[in-house]
Amino acid sequence: MTTLAYTLSDSRAMLRRNLKHQLRYPSMTVMLIGIPIVLLLLFVYVFGGQLGAGLGAHEGRSAYLDYVVPGLLLITVASAVQGTSIMVAMDMTGGIIDRFRTMAIARASVLTGHVLGSMIQILVAIAVLIGVAFGLGFRSAAGPLHWLAAIGILVLFAFALIWLAVALGLAAKSVETASNTPMILFLLLFLSSGFVATATMPTGLRQFAEYQPITPVADTVRGLLTGTEIGDHAIAAIAWSICIAVVAYLWAIRLYNRRRAAEPH
Amino acid sequence: MTSVPAATAIVTQDTCKSFGDHLVLDKVSLAVEEGTILALLGPNGAGKTTMVRILSTLIPADSGSMRIAGHDVVTDPDGVRAVIGVTGQFSAVDNLLTGAENLQLMADLRHLGREAGRRRVAELLEQFDLTDAAHKLLSTYSGGMRRRLDLAMTLVSKPRVIFLDEPTTGLDPRSRLTMWQIIRDLAMSSVTILLTTQYLDEADQLADRIAVLDQGRIVAEGTPAELKSRIPGGHVRLHFADPHLLHSASELLPAAAPDLNQLVLQVPADGTVDSLRGLLDELHEARISVERLTIHTPDLDDVFFAVTGSHVTAELKGDPAPQGAPLS
Repeated sequence: MTTLAYTLSDSRAMLRRNLKHQLRYPSMTVMLIGIPIVLLLLFVYVFGGQLGAGLGAHEGRSAYLDYVVPGLLLITVASAVQGTSIMVAMDMTGGIIDRFRTMAIARASVLTGHVLGSMIQILVAIAVLIGVAFGLGFRSAAGPLHWLAAIGILVLFAFALIWLAVALGLAAKSVETASNTPMILFLLLFLSSGFVATATMPTGLRQFAEYQPITPVADTVRGLLTGTEIGDHAIAAIAWSICIAVVAYLWAIRLYNRRRAAEPH
Repeated sequence: MTSVPAATAIVTQDTCKSFGDHLVLDKVSLAVEEGTILALLGPNGAGKTTMVRILSTLIPADSGSMRIAGHDVVTDPDGVRAVIGVTGQFSAVDNLLTGAENLQLMADLRHLGREAGRRRVAELLEQFDLTDAAHKLLSTYSGGMRRRLDLAMTLVSKPRVIFLDEPTTGLDPRSRLTMWQIIRDLAMSSVTILLTTQYLDEADQLADRIAVLDQGRIVAEGTPAELKSRIPGGHVRLHFADPHLLHSASELLPAAAPDLNQLVLQVPADGTVDSLRGLLDELHEARISVERLTIHTPDLDDVFFAVTGSHVTAELKGDPAPQGAPLS
């Protein structure tokens, strides 16, 4: 077999391991998929009446549902990558990583197993959330191409955040830290156009919200699904995703390859 | 050493390693012939685990040359990884998988192929008496079963050189004997084994050669017989009811060392039944009654006293080991 074939075969073995972990550790998987659904219900039924009133021409609870679905799709991604970070940190603090390091396997396959596993988890979680949203009355005028493009944007952004989560999981000294650090993503989500229009925010905050990566992604997905204005948000969303993915990937690989020479154990 | 004989499976020359200011390995040189077992014997903190981690490519040495089956550890780590198997001190198993799945994962990562992999997994489950537990999650495994699985995972690819870092630490006596038998069987199949241990009897039972490591230095090396010939051997401790009896006994046995505080006389003895009978007969004829006796066989402490003139000390010195991670 060639090096590439080995890399693929090792990554497949690691992916299988990761998917088994998700099945064997169902409480985490269910929680990561469940949190966005609970938040969806909360935003639509508790906050939705009031927030929907401010949406302008087309207002009300159902209008807010249409507005907020992209935000919750991103919450789904953030929630899943928190799991990625925890899983990576669990691996790194356990004994099995040393076994992998003493074997002639493709170095990155441990990480690609996590990345692919998380991606599958995210696709399942997104499908569940969209199903629930439709059940609550979400209506989309989007055709198959628009849906495909929306999912594509989400997958690309998810890919970037997964690598970021992998790096955070590798950088964390403990599993607890690894589960806390990705919380910053949730904060960024609330400081974006995901839940309320940035125009309603005070100036400084509005500028921050408009220039951080989550707003273009949310606006692009919303535009594709509900026909709102996209403008140059799509370009920004793709550019941000690629930038985050490349930087996070390089950081993660560097952390992974760094031999823990300073640690006498 | 400029040329390495082909028959030497593990060779290290002047291996040094420090963690910060703490010198953990100080010019360690070892040579293990193919198909033999070398025991690296030493207390906690002697540098045993560090040596294994360097040889198994986990951490780099500061200096020195290390070759495993002809592959240089520094320049050809993947060559080394392809021929070695490592069972560390801390269990390296996947707790969220079953025993069979753990072995299958190893078979996949060693690229054994579908059929051969499945056969090897079944074979190892059988060999390590894990067939009944094969499809149970590891959370239900006992300590001995986990250790057996750990070793089985190491053996999936039939490595030519195996590192076992304290393979029996923490096992109950029965599991320990099982593990010894497994290691002996391995040695029969002409693999080379470097094992670390804190127990003299374990090194004695298993190893062809023993290297004694103390504070990062090899302080003695040889066959178990050579090493034991340097140890004064065991002794018998005679406990007496009163000081007069102790006094009489110590006059009768001038080679013995009396302890007046504990009313104990320590008599050098090799532990054989004949010597013991002779000792008791002698005491009986002199009408000295002994309350009770204990027999002491040589242990790691005796080895250290014999080869370094000091008792095992590394543990008491407060090694800068991180919390929860014994440095040895």
